[in-house]
Amino acid sequence: MANLVVSGIILGSIITLGAVGLTLLYGIVNFGNFAHGDMMTLGAYIALLMTATIFPALGLVDTPIGPLSFGWVMLVSFLPAMGVTGLAAIAADRLVYRRLRERRVRPIMLAIAALAVAFVMRSVIYILWGADFHFYSQGLRTTWKLPLGITLRPDQVVVLVVAWAMVVGLYTFLQRTKTGKALRALADNPDLARVSGIATERMITLTWFIGGAMAAAAGILLGIDSQVRPEMGWLMLLPLFAAVILGGIGNAYGALAGGLILGVVQQVSTAFMSPSYKPAVAFIIMILVLLVRPQGIFGGSKSS
Amino acid sequence: MTGILTFTAGFLAMAGIFAIMSLALNVHWGYTGLFNIGIAGFFAVGAYTSALVTSPMPAGVQAQYVEQAFGLDQPFLVGVLAAGIVSGLVAWIIGFPTLRLREDYLAIATIGISETIRLIFNNARWLANGPQGLVGIKQPLREWLIERGMPPNFYNFFYLVIVILLMVLIYLALERGIRSPWGRVLRAIREDEVVPETVGKDVFRFKMQSLVLGAVIMGIGGALYAHFARAIQPSVFTPLFGTFVVWVMLILGGSGNNKGAILGAFIVWAIWSGSAYLIRQVVPVEFSAQAPYIRLLLIGLLLLFILLTRPQGLLGEEKEVSRLT
Repeated sequence: MANLVVSGIILGSIITLGAVGLTLLYGIVNFGNFAHGDMMTLGAYIALLMTATIFPALGLVDTPIGPLSFGWVMLVSFLPAMGVTGLAAIAADRLVYRRLRERRVRPIMLAIAALAVAFVMRSVIYILWGADFHFYSQGLRTTWKLPLGITLRPDQVVVLVVAWAMVVGLYTFLQRTKTGKALRALADNPDLARVSGIATERMITLTWFIGGAMAAAAGILLGIDSQVRPEMGWLMLLPLFAAVILGGIGNAYGALAGGLILGVVQQVSTAFMSPSYKPAVAFIIMILVLLVRPQGIFGGSKSS
Repeated sequence: MTGILTFTAGFLAMAGIFAIMSLALNVHWGYTGLFNIGIAGFFAVGAYTSALVTSPMPAGVQAQYVEQAFGLDQPFLVGVLAAGIVSGLVAWIIGFPTLRLREDYLAIATIGISETIRLIFNNARWLANGPQGLVGIKQPLREWLIERGMPPNFYNFFYLVIVILLMVLIYLALERGIRSPWGRVLRAIREDEVVPETVGKDVFRFKMQSLVLGAVIMGIGGALYAHFARAIQPSVFTPLFGTFVVWVMLILGGSGNNKGAILGAFIVWAIWSGSAYLIRQVVPVEFSAQAPYIRLLLIGLLLLFILLTRPQGLLGEEKEVSRLT
């Protein structure tokens, strides 16, 4: 059981990383980004492109550090993957969402567009890389046996550290910088933010970049923790939304708690039922929250 | 020549089944503004219910490799009816926690239910044979017709008649319903929930009725699919094939217009089947594994294109003017 809780915290950290971007976008562009899972997949595949094709072509072959199954090349690959995914998110905004926004369509129409963007992204991934699953490194995956029956792979420690470094970084940014405050203000009350002179469109662009970059990082970490495959992000969509709803839509702190709870409950559930039911477990948690406390544990930014 | 004819009959029957799905989505989205992106779930529930209700319990050698929870050996129409009822029940269950909340909660809940339903059919082998699914699903009057001298490959024509009949029936019923006071309330809810609420309409009840009605029709569509394909597996009812294609159909044809829903279904199904053939011709053999995804890319881009250039779809909603003006 302790082992499942530990692996749940690792999964939960990955969910959190995706969910903070999703909840931020929810607050600022005011629709559920159904392409968020596929942005994770995109990030994971760009990192795969870097580690498996581009860096080796430059003569940089990854050599594992210590007990890890990967080395510096993998870690450096985070940057281009996050950057490109962030830019892809901005491109989707410019080409699709902004045009719809300018036409003042209902936010739910943007959600349909996001669904289309998700399918376009995934089909491109399928076309370029095929349906098979991939691993980042062929290196040996060592496992540590810890007390209480906990087994931990050194890779998972990196997953945990990277995820939390990014989450803490984002929170510091939101909390301490002027731009971060502007973002939170916009998520909280768009009209008030606009009259206070916050450049809405610029903030929206920034949010897409942050959301895309964070999703990419989450996707890579998920790929390190398990494997890289085209459906990986879509299967995470339900836990992501469940975490966002659990924490209250638009509430960045709520997403943190929601992500961890989701990860732990999903992993612990595998003690009682087949692991393939994990998305269903996320769904049931979500329905329970909707029944008992639809505004989420901490309340949303726009509870309606 | 007969090859082309039977192919056309099969193509039209599938398009007709999708037209029924698209009409059902039109009840949800086009008339009430309910964002259902879990059509695949209702599709699957309908297909499996009808398959289980109409097939006998596997016996003899078959029982060794086919597991199913029950097999009632009932006629086709009982299966279709049961499919509608069970699918409606599922809709009622998820409508209850979500319909009072903001509109995108329903969307997420419908994704959730459709994924969960697929997982259950995939993993619970005792229910409907797991990933292998059910095969040899009965077709209405097939044996009876063949005994009376109909060549077996003409059966598709007969099935096409059944599908078109049901599609027309559903179309007429919906047209009537939507032009009634009940339909006007639905459209008012779509435009602005607060207005019907202030004139004393129970918005939750109307939304629930719309959700359940649409789901019943989706269940019927699922049943028609099961008896047409004669074999169903959980892998058929994916978000792509079960949900996304239907959305493209409705948006292309024109949401809020039942004729548009049908038109969109026939056009998109033609693109879908035609592009499969074309891509096979154009794409080199070594990339043939990727070919299906080119089609997915095209359909996705088509939806974005419609949303950006002609969001009302080909036909758009008909303006309804009061007879008194």
